[in-house]
Amino acid sequence: MSKPIIATTSLAGCFGCHMSILDIDERILQLIELVEFNKSPIDDIKTFTKPVDIGIIEGGCCNSENVEVLKSFRKNCKILISLGECAIMGGLPALRNGIPVEECIHEAYIGGPTVQLNKDHILPNDDELPMLLDKVYPCHEIVKIDYFLPGCPPRADLIWDALVALITGDPLKLPYEVVKFD
Amino acid sequence: MSSLIKFKIDGKECMAEAGTFIVEAARQNSIYIPTLCNMPGLKPKGSCRICTVRINGRLMTSCTTPVADGMEIESGSLDIIELRKSIVELLFVSGNHFCPACEKSGNCELQALGYLYQMMVPRYPYDFPLRAVDASSPKIIKDQNRCILCKRCIKSIKDEDGKSFFAFRSRGNHLEVVLDQELAATMTDEQAELAMQNCPVGSILVKEKGFATPIGKRKFDKQPIGSDIHV
Repeated sequence: MSKPIIATTSLAGCFGCHMSILDIDERILQLIELVEFNKSPIDDIKTFTKPVDIGIIEGGCCNSENVEVLKSFRKNCKILISLGECAIMGGLPALRNGIPVEECIHEAYIGGPTVQLNKDHILPNDDELPMLLDKVYPCHEIVKIDYFLPGCPPRADLIWDALVALITGDPLKLPYEVVKFD
Repeated sequence: MSSLIKFKIDGKECMAEAGTFIVEAARQNSIYIPTLCNMPGLKPKGSCRICTVRINGRLMTSCTTPVADGMEIESGSLDIIELRKSIVELLFVSGNHFCPACEKSGNCELQALGYLYQMMVPRYPYDFPLRAVDASSPKIIKDQNRCILCKRCIKSIKDEDGKSFFAFRSRGNHLEVVLDQELAATMTDEQAELAMQNCPVGSILVKEKGFATPIGKRKFDKQPIGSDIHV
């Protein structure tokens, strides 16, 4: 049997969850024996080059690009995992939920105390830039997500145990210390 | 002690004084039943329903139901656990509970129940309501994003005349627990500290006191909620 293929991405996240993947330490050597990476910041493959078994999503959806990437993950991956609080519930970016986008933009580019240099009051308006969504959405409110690994970041042991359980088919043990929301 | 009666919780023989509420009677017999709106020393009101048990086929709140002789109580069945978990999930989606940014994280009873029931994701859609943070009083911050309306602060934090520092305001979906501005100015450090302690979530915070305990040493980092009761 060929190795299972993994893809990962960071949407509206801080890459902390990816750091936590690296935090499996020397088990990363076992990981590359167990799986092959496709589209992921870990190997810098930018586009899907083959069907993927497990897609790992960090971050929620705050703009149109996030939605597009998430949908392409759903299309190309058999199993999708929401990794971390941002993917699961929007996380810190979702602190803006409830505040109108216009107010957020104004605070960031015109009214905020650190934006005096923007004298012409220019707002980002290039066609190339993704559109901000009305709020930050948890990934499972955009596409179907199969598994959820909470934490900010999820503990390395949780990520490792979940991946190994998924790949080997063994039941996943969840010790109390590894499932945390912070 | 002639009023001691016998009853069963999940088949385990228990004893308590007649008239004791089930939550307390269970505690005396080393059985943990979760509570949020209830806490020892306060008159129970049974509003959060997290302590739901089954007696004679009916679901009852165990904080408001006294034990009776020969009573058979079901608390640990899978369907009751699932029901409690769904209550925790509802509380998570109906407020703005950003655990990673919360000063109470690790010491929060709602979060600890999420851990206990291994809530990986709430099954309900997030509401993300727009709520205010009131930091106008000298001693404490009242964050409405995290309030679960348990009423514990209203019932337990009072001045020397017996007046509550906190009160309900508005109704229905707009209901909130607010701080009496005039009374708040007279709040002592001890009362502020107690208010923060009695709040099951991070809605009441003592000013300039966040993140005092490092991760790993907080109340629910290593031990699940109720493990001090449950044997």
